[in-house]
Amino acid sequence: MLRRVLKPAVWTGGLLPMVLLVTAGVTGTLEADPVKDITHRTGKAVLVLLLCTLAVSPVRRISGWNGVIAARRPLGLFAFFYAVLHFFIYLGDQAFAPAYIVADVVKHPYVTAGFTAFCLLVPLALTSTKASIRRLGPRWVKLHRLVYAAAVLGVIHFLWSVKKDVREPLVYAAVLAVLLAIRIPAWLEQRRKTKSPRRAPAGVRSGATAA
Amino acid sequence: MLIRRPDDIPSSEITPERDYLDRRRFLGTAAAAALSAAGASTLLGACTVAEGAQDDEPNSWEQITSYNNFYEYGTGKEDPAANAPGKLRVRPWTVLVDGLCARPGRYALDDLVRASQTVHRTYRFRCVEAWSMVIPWDGIPLRDVVTRAQPQPSAKFVEFTTLLDPEQMPGQRRSVLDWPYVEGLRMDEAMHPLTLLATGIYGRPLPAQNGAPLRLVVPWKYGFKSIKSIVRIRFTAQQPQTAWNRAAANEYGFYANVNPAVDHPRWSQARERRIGDGWFKRRATLPFNGYAGQVAGLYRGMDLRRYF
Repeated sequence: MLRRVLKPAVWTGGLLPMVLLVTAGVTGTLEADPVKDITHRTGKAVLVLLLCTLAVSPVRRISGWNGVIAARRPLGLFAFFYAVLHFFIYLGDQAFAPAYIVADVVKHPYVTAGFTAFCLLVPLALTSTKASIRRLGPRWVKLHRLVYAAAVLGVIHFLWSVKKDVREPLVYAAVLAVLLAIRIPAWLEQRRKTKSPRRAPAGVRSGATAA
Repeated sequence: MLIRRPDDIPSSEITPERDYLDRRRFLGTAAAAALSAAGASTLLGACTVAEGAQDDEPNSWEQITSYNNFYEYGTGKEDPAANAPGKLRVRPWTVLVDGLCARPGRYALDDLVRASQTVHRTYRFRCVEAWSMVIPWDGIPLRDVVTRAQPQPSAKFVEFTTLLDPEQMPGQRRSVLDWPYVEGLRMDEAMHPLTLLATGIYGRPLPAQNGAPLRLVVPWKYGFKSIKSIVRIRFTAQQPQTAWNRAAANEYGFYANVNPAVDHPRWSQARERRIGDGWFKRRATLPFNGYAGQVAGLYRGMDLRRYF
């Protein structure tokens, strides 16, 4: 039952920013500076969808509903879709001129953060296929931990780009902080589990030396 | 030419003497060049380009009145148009003129404005956020108000204050900036013929979101210098503590002259997006927003990287 709701919900949510954007464009209700408006709208869509992606695991753990995991990949890919739009409109805004873009990325920390976040998302999108998961095995999980860095950098990018009123980016930062904090007990547990078998042989070795 | 200079001001007063002499020398060399090879038409073409005569068509009423920074009504560009009309009571409106001057007083807005001839000035307007517009203002020269107040010789600066009233300005309930908004000019900047106290746009009264009923317009400085809804003009000996300078001194200086060579710490100021231009089009930002010929002399000898 829930599974039947999940897919349409994810697609509706994922396409909603695009629908709103196109509607605003068609009805002429974009802000007077449309490039900036589209940049902001797509940027926020990336962050919202990334946060939704990061919410999937906690929701599963708390609710015990394993089916929710099916939402993670489409949410992540929708986030990447808006990141591509955001990035291309930025490139256009820089007249697609490499000199402007390089100077901007190097000189202005908020651009550096955003650019890095985008770069981190690229390999994740490219390895989102079932074939990649199979081929990469445990390395796939490690690789996809980059999403945490991308989300943190994305929020910093938003925070640093704002002139004075940081309320909105702080909302994103708070949600991200909660989503990361929820994971801490599981991470600690994981670390304990992976470390204890390593400690055992070390104990054996020291025992051997004593003998 | 974008700027209509008032007729009653001799050009020698507008153009600093050195520029004036430089221009004569330039004209002399240019004439010689024209005679020898270049030809008069080429030279005229070059002059037009040098004066930055891009197509400076005024922005539409819709653009000018729907896209505003007026944090007293919210930090979004469309917040002021949504929140200011109906909230801001522009009548009656008085302006307190005080500080180091011989004729302080509280003036009814109408008296303050009626004492001067209204002028129409179409100016480029450049925001520190790297967007720009062209706006046909109506108003009175600030120098008229300054002159009538008879500032004392010790008065070196003019400080302006926006209305403080969270009832009328709901944005003031949040401490985004240290209210009320304060701005300031050096006396010579205030006396400059380009500096305007605007009362209207396109021949219509200034809308609330644009800083009704009286705002400053200093076309060679970033927009945040052009303080809105002025209730006080004060003459001081010390440089005023301005709102944005207090909020982030490393990002918003007292002078805030439009300068493509000095970036905002977080973004470039070299180019700007003119509202209404096509997508992905940016224009090169001009020194002093294109008014260098008239105002560069005010800052001769100053390090504009330090006094940004």
